[in-house]
Amino acid sequence: MKKIHSLLIIVFIAINACAQQTDSEIKAKEPNNLSYTTELVVPELSIPWGMAFLPDGSMLITEKSGELIHFKNGVKTTIEGVPEVYVRGQGGLLDIEIHPDYKNNGWIYITYASSEGEGDGGNTALIRAKLIDNTLVELQQLYKAGPNTKKGQHWGSRIEFDNDGYLYFSIGDRGNRDVNPQDITRDCGKIYRLNDDGSIPNDNPFIDTENAKTAIFSYGHRNPQGMAKNPFTGAIWVNEHGPKGGDEINIIEKGKNFGWPVISYGINYSGTSFTDITEKEGMEQPLFYWVPSIAPSGMAIVSSKKYPDWETNVLVGSLKFKYLERLILENNEVVKREKLFEDIGRVRNVVQAPDGFIYIAVEGKGIYKIVHQE
Amino acid sequence: MKLITNCFLALATLFIFHSKTNSYTSQDPLKESIERGREIYTDFCMSCHLPNGEGVENVYPPLAKSDYLIKNHEASIRGIKYGQQGEIVVNGKTYNSNMAALGLSDDEVADVMNYITNSWGNKNDKIVTIEEVSKVKK
Repeated sequence: MKKIHSLLIIVFIAINACAQQTDSEIKAKEPNNLSYTTELVVPELSIPWGMAFLPDGSMLITEKSGELIHFKNGVKTTIEGVPEVYVRGQGGLLDIEIHPDYKNNGWIYITYASSEGEGDGGNTALIRAKLIDNTLVELQQLYKAGPNTKKGQHWGSRIEFDNDGYLYFSIGDRGNRDVNPQDITRDCGKIYRLNDDGSIPNDNPFIDTENAKTAIFSYGHRNPQGMAKNPFTGAIWVNEHGPKGGDEINIIEKGKNFGWPVISYGINYSGTSFTDITEKEGMEQPLFYWVPSIAPSGMAIVSSKKYPDWETNVLVGSLKFKYLERLILENNEVVKREKLFEDIGRVRNVVQAPDGFIYIAVEGKGIYKIVHQE
Repeated sequence: MKLITNCFLALATLFIFHSKTNSYTSQDPLKESIERGREIYTDFCMSCHLPNGEGVENVYPPLAKSDYLIKNHEASIRGIKYGQQGEIVVNGKTYNSNMAALGLSDDEVADVMNYITNSWGNKNDKIVTIEEVSKVKK
């Protein structure tokens, strides 16, 4: 009898421990009559994390392994003077962006995994530098998150400028879910906002909060690896990885708490749950969540006239399912999802370039340009 | 009902696993290495290869009962140490994903190898040592 009793208890615990999840209401479908195709422009890349387009049409590409490549007229040149990168787990050389006024000031911004500072391990850093004669010069460190840790997870990172010239960048929770994201006196699990010289804007939300990391703009994030300025509204949009289910799209707002890990549509990788709630007062709901996870990386919001039928659509790379996702929104609500270029490979990044073309970076392959099908 | 059964099985395994862990003595270097490897696995591998090593079909190859892992010891160490690129065939299925170098030190590679070759039905009594890992070149 006692045995049956304990068996029942175990069954009861098991039912509760294995959380049920509801799939995303809108499912990703194959496109009908896709009028675009991909054209490989930069071959033979390993993990092309970030890309930036210079005024001469050439391209800067970061390889996660630590290499910065300048691609011009079909030739790859390795750039010297890149700081030492702490390649561990998901960390490495991460995103790259140029200043909105690059033509006049030449500043290039880079995030990467750095072991600088006290303690073993590393954390995400932001630098800026100028490119002269294939070398990074005048390098300045603008931010270095702490503490260092040997954890391999969740470094972020993406960089974006808004219309007012503020710089935003992301750092994930660094595998310390229950400590970092909800604590504004700690780094990690945050979106940061800085002036272009690295100083902290005096209207940042926690500027007067005691002990707060005043560079924080929003918190409660897990691991944002996609970030784009909405060209129509100027708002900063991000996508972030959930655990098993619960990847999210969020529109970042000043001082807002995006809830990780107090609220989430995801569950542990093991199938057990870490929270019972998906919403709570004072915490933001995502604009969209993915269940199952697609492992989103990179984001672009289409405004280019080269893709008239995609205008205002959100493009997101899927690492897991190896396609580019096109999300169609009406009044900030996702109404349709499409899987583009299925099986192209792990899509790490997507950017709408100044030439109006959309470029996608695929792991193990290279960078493709999306063009009209002949 | 199937879900409940699965959950029950998963949980029961967990319990058994836990009780086993507790009974590990501190004198067995393989068992100690497996324990350290479990931590590394959770940190660096689990988000793709999943908690029970089954991977994701056509995306991330399985480690549980993986013929590739069992037969290609050195190549597996090389993959963990320097990253894995290009096609591999695992249990009759072709995989062509890209796994970046994880940045693990040789002792961590040895630990995680000992964990994955002794979990989820895999068995390997011969401990993978730091020396063995250090000899594996790109």
